[in-house]
This record gives sequence, C-alpha cells and structure tokens, in this order.
Amino acid sequence: MQGLDFSVVPPYWALLGEGLWWTVLISSVSSLVSVVAGVGFALLVLYGVPVAQYPVRFFMWLFMGTPLLLQLFLIYFGLVQIGIDIPAVGAGIIGLSLHFAVYNADILRAGIVAVDTGQTEAARSLGFGRWQTLFNIVVPQALRSTLPALGSMMVALLKESSIVSMIGITELVHSAQLAISETYRPFEFYLTVAALYYIVNLILEAGLHGIERKVGLSR
Amino acid sequence: MDFALILRVLPVFVAAAWTTIGISLISLVIGLAVAAVVTTARLSQVVALRFLGAAYVSIFRGTPALIQIFLLYFGGPQVGIQLEPFAAGAIALGLNIAAYMAESMRGGILAVDRGQMEAARSLGFGRGRTMAWIVLPQAARLMIRPLGVNAVALVKGTALVATISVVELTYTAQRFIGSTYKPFEIFAVTAVLYMIMIYGLTLLIGALDRAYAEER
Repeated sequence: MQGLDFSVVPPYWALLGEGLWWTVLISSVSSLVSVVAGVGFALLVLYGVPVAQYPVRFFMWLFMGTPLLLQLFLIYFGLVQIGIDIPAVGAGIIGLSLHFAVYNADILRAGIVAVDTGQTEAARSLGFGRWQTLFNIVVPQALRSTLPALGSMMVALLKESSIVSMIGITELVHSAQLAISETYRPFEFYLTVAALYYIVNLILEAGLHGIERKVGLSR
Repeated sequence: MDFALILRVLPVFVAAAWTTIGISLISLVIGLAVAAVVTTARLSQVVALRFLGAAYVSIFRGTPALIQIFLLYFGGPQVGIQLEPFAAGAIALGLNIAAYMAESMRGGILAVDRGQMEAARSLGFGRGRTMAWIVLPQAARLMIRPLGVNAVALVKGTALVATISVVELTYTAQRFIGSTYKPFEIFAVTAVLYMIMIYGLTLLIGALDRAYAEER
C-alpha cells in the first residue's frame, strides 16, 4: 500500500485534455454515423429486396450477439488482411458506428412501423413518391418518437468508446495509461478519468433532455 | 474460410467459453445481490439511504465498465485490495451490472399498481409485510425480462476482462488472430460460441417467465 496522492494528476492535464478531445470527437462522429446507418439498415430490413434484406438481417443478428471488443479486433485486423490499411482511429470509428447502428436500426424499425399509416397514405395521395414519402414524412417522425431510445444509445456509445483504447487509439483511457506508465499511479488517474467521463455523460444527458423538450417529448 | 483451422482451434475456444460462462455466473450472482441491496436502499424511507442508492446507480452507470475494471485491478493494490485478474474482473463486472439490475428491479416494483399497496396497508399489513407478501411477488414477474436483458448484456460485457488478461473467449480470439492472421475464421468461431451462450440464456429467461406466468 502506497497511499493516494492526487497531486500527480495536474501535470498531466494537457495529455488528459487531448485524450478527452479525442473521446468526444470519436463519440460524436460515431454517434452521427450510427444513426444514419441505423436508418439505412432499418429501411433495408423493412422495405429492401430480399437480396439486400437478408444480409442486413444476418449482419444485425451477428453484431447484436457479439461483444464490441471482439468486433473491433475483427475490423482492425480484418481490414488489414483484405488489404485496407486504415489508421486505428478509422477502425475504431467504423467499429463503434456499426455496433451501435445495429441497435439503432432495431429501435428505428419499431419507430418507423409505429408511424400512422395515414401519414403515408396522405403523402402518397398528394403525389409524393414511395421513397420521398419515407425520407420526408415517415423517417423524421420515427426519429422524433425514438429520440429517447436513440439518446440512451448515444450515452452508451460515449462510455463504450473507452474500449477503442484497446486497439491503440490515444483517447481518454489510453492517455491515462500513458500517464500511469510514467507515474505508476493507476488509482489516481483512473479515478480522474472516471470523473471526466461522468461529467461529459452528465452534459450529454442534459443536452439530450433539452432536445427532447424542444421537440415536445419528455421522459 | 479455412475450416481445418477452425476445427483445430475449436477445443481451445470451447475451454475459453467455459471461463466466460464462469465469470458471467459469478458476476450475475454478485450483481443480483448488490442490486437487491441498492434497490432496498432506494425505496427506503430514510433519505440518506435513498441518496446512497441513487448515487451508486448514477456513478456506476455514468462511467465506463472498462474504467471500473481497471480501477479495481490496477488501482486496487494502492488501497490494499490485491486481486487475481479473474476475481477482479468478476467483482467489477458484478458491481457494474448491479447498477443496471437495480434499475430493472425498481422498475418492476414501481410498476405494481399502487392500489395493491394501499389495499394491503388498509387491511392492516405493515409496510415490510406488504412489500414481501403483496408487492414483491407481483413485481418479480415484471422484473424477469428486464433482468434477462441485463444478463445478456453482462455475458457480452465479460469480453472486457480480456483487457486484464483473463483467458476467456475474446482474449483467446485476440491471441489467435495475432498468431494465425486469420481474423475472419477466428471471429466466426468466437461469434458462434457467444451466440450459443446468449441463445441458451434467452431460452432460459423465456422459460422462467412462462413458468412464473403458469404458477399464478
């Protein structure tokens, strides 16, 4: 037992700050991509031709049943093997985006089905095309009604982004590990990092709550 | 697909799957026990206990499970807690899932019609006895599915202990991807084993839910 000494943390604020910046950046980009891809997957599963529908269904089933860490190893090492050499950050963003796109697609599928069929009928009778109706009328309403569920996926994504440190991306956890390798003070640094995640998480939840209020939903 | 490779590595992966099952079961028991305590605290009439229960849920749900594992395994020795990777992983995962399970338990209890509590109280049952004999039996049924979702998430969450070198499925996958350079084959084997575990667990939860429905 060596006791705790939090004075070792301040000299590393710059390093942790940079890590935090990468965590926020990776989480934001992945959240956005995961919602867009989630809409795409949901539409394919609901309205796609069988040849497109079944591969997507299989992929969703596969990614829902396996851990993110395993998927990251597959993407990071798999892409290299088939000749695509992208930086770790790219692999991390692809992995997080796909992992959460699958859950978002599941949420959105239910949301799209729940939109009143009268909306589609009205739009079609006003001369909107099939896909035009989906993208302009149905999907926006589905996004609005599923916002709380999509929001909790974003909250989960922020926390799970810590896992990309395992393929060597210098985000918050990895920068803490660098600091620990110099100071041998894991407790102080991991506790600091936990506090930083907690604060960012609170800000994200407040932001999501604000958006929900703005579009007329409340939890 | 190199099927010869898949057959050759299969026994190692099956052994690793047993470690995943073991750590899942231990974490599940810890999670359920801690969640029961936290839920009792959150529904207590003592303000301080309610606050502690809510703080537990908020802190464990508001920070990454990976950090909780690292804090216990790497940071533990600094505060006098020295644990093997398996024990540290199982305890950290159990404490983490307990926060989510406490939410499921509270949801189940609050979903029981208030009238049930009021009727029992007006018939002269005490608060504790009303909870134990009237509310909890009804809430238990409502908790099975949400707790099942937590348990499935826990099985996938055990992959995180690969980072503190517990030789479970994902750790074994990582090692073999590194030594064989066949990421797709190794992923296929690992994914099938996870799927079997999760499918089995889902069947079990469904059976529990039905058994409970028939009994009442």
